[in-house]
Amino acid sequence: MSLAETGFLTIEEIKKLGKYPSEERFKKGPVAVIECIQEIPCNPCESACRFGAIELGEPITNLPTLNEDKCTGCGLCVAKCPGLAIFIIDKAYSDTMATVSFPHEYLPLPEKDAEVEAVDRSGQVVCTGKVIKVLNPESFDRTPVVTIAVPQDKAEEVRGIKRL
Amino acid sequence: MIKKEVVVIGGGPSGLAAAIEAAQRGAEVLVVDSNLKAGGQLFKQIHKFFGSSAHRSGTRGIDIGTELLEEAEKYGVEIWLNSVAIGLFQEKKIAVERGLDVEDKKLEIIEAEKIVIASGASENAVRFKGWTLPGVMGAGAAQTMINVNRVLPGERILMIGSGNVGLIVSYQLMQAGADVVALVEAAPKIGGYGVHASKITRAGVPIYTKHTVIEARGDKRVEEAVICELDEKWQPVAGTEKTLKVDTIAIAAGLKPLVELAVMHGCECIFDPLLGGWVPLHDKNMESTYPGIYVVGDIAGIEEANTALEEGKLAGIAIAEALDYISSEEAKKLKDETWERLKGLRMGPFGEKRMLAKEQLLAAAEAAKGSAEEHQIAASAGA
Repeated sequence: MSLAETGFLTIEEIKKLGKYPSEERFKKGPVAVIECIQEIPCNPCESACRFGAIELGEPITNLPTLNEDKCTGCGLCVAKCPGLAIFIIDKAYSDTMATVSFPHEYLPLPEKDAEVEAVDRSGQVVCTGKVIKVLNPESFDRTPVVTIAVPQDKAEEVRGIKRL
Repeated sequence: MIKKEVVVIGGGPSGLAAAIEAAQRGAEVLVVDSNLKAGGQLFKQIHKFFGSSAHRSGTRGIDIGTELLEEAEKYGVEIWLNSVAIGLFQEKKIAVERGLDVEDKKLEIIEAEKIVIASGASENAVRFKGWTLPGVMGAGAAQTMINVNRVLPGERILMIGSGNVGLIVSYQLMQAGADVVALVEAAPKIGGYGVHASKITRAGVPIYTKHTVIEARGDKRVEEAVICELDEKWQPVAGTEKTLKVDTIAIAAGLKPLVELAVMHGCECIFDPLLGGWVPLHDKNMESTYPGIYVVGDIAGIEEANTALEEGKLAGIAIAEALDYISSEEAKKLKDETWERLKGLRMGPFGEKRMLAKEQLLAAAEAAKGSAEEHQIAASAGA
């Protein structure tokens, strides 16, 4: 089953593109994971990155490519992607925990330190998470970005939380 | 009779873009719009748009709508609201019904040098047992309710159709506080963008491809929906029926261009399912087969707001050129740039078929123009 049949990506589909950050890069701290595999006319991620870490070029249907060495994991691209398809993963958050940052355009927003139900790409609850921060500055243009801590082995699965 | 230089019928993205382009170069432009506010579907589009970051992508549709209205005002575009163009007669005369109430209603006839028809499209229906029950509605209607009127159509929604409209409206219904119980799609694959689908699957909405709705049940309104699987020949598979507790069934089964005005004035049309049905032929200036009448946006083939904006610009530039407000060199430069952007928007697996369909439409328009000229030559030779 693929994205076009189920509506969600599998980690295999994402990794097949060869654009997934390397394990060495994950060890260094937060990095962007871009889950965009269809050639649609869209390029705001490229100009969103002030470090030039996202390359797309012409035509605008090209897929974005992350330069993992330039990416600082700052997360500016997360709120800019109209497809809500960029996540920041920090596998080096602690010895056992990782963090996942994702766009969350629902009200009410979760509170810092709250326990939340973390869901995977298909919406299934996979574990509980703890809210580390909720960013919603004007520059995000009403796309709040939530960061939650989850067990390290869930970092590649968790992509959101259940609506509150 | 009122005389105007340029009249744009429909104040959605394509109509406003055409009006702004023509007005900023000196043309006197009137936009006739049937709604309380111009902007078309833009004020329902609360999501961030795709497209090129050089041209407002990443900006929410509602904000693009506000920007367009500000620009239109800046360039002196006159806008008639609550005004419905009810007829288009030769020679370029528009019948407009102004006002909402019967007492206020007034019929105006406008004669225009150039007319842009930006009438948009209407939603397709899907017929099934019980489809006339209250609670069955177009996805566009549900979107108007939540994002314009701020009224939730229901609490438990079944969405029919997985094109971008079905996916985006499902997402927005959840943002508005409803639950989307399921989305069904008759085709084996999801029609819209994967990223839009992923937003709703992440929120827990199951997407059933090769499924359809066969019945809506309820006493005075929808209380249940019956869905079932479809076989390779798109026929219901007996025994696969599932009953879902829903109070609303939203239908996103595509759109149909609103071509009536163009047909009334004798603009030639062709039938192309890829473009939504009957569409008026047009050339690269967006001019129909009737000189001085232009067609832009969904009437010229169902696409989306970004392409609608660019098509509107093309017509506005072409009109400014035809009315001698800009030189043909300047017009060519502007039109070439716009066509480049349009090409970019129509690339990739989702745009290619539309690009091809639009190319065929342009070729058919050229052919129609050629044969009209031959007729003229033959007629004058005969005389």
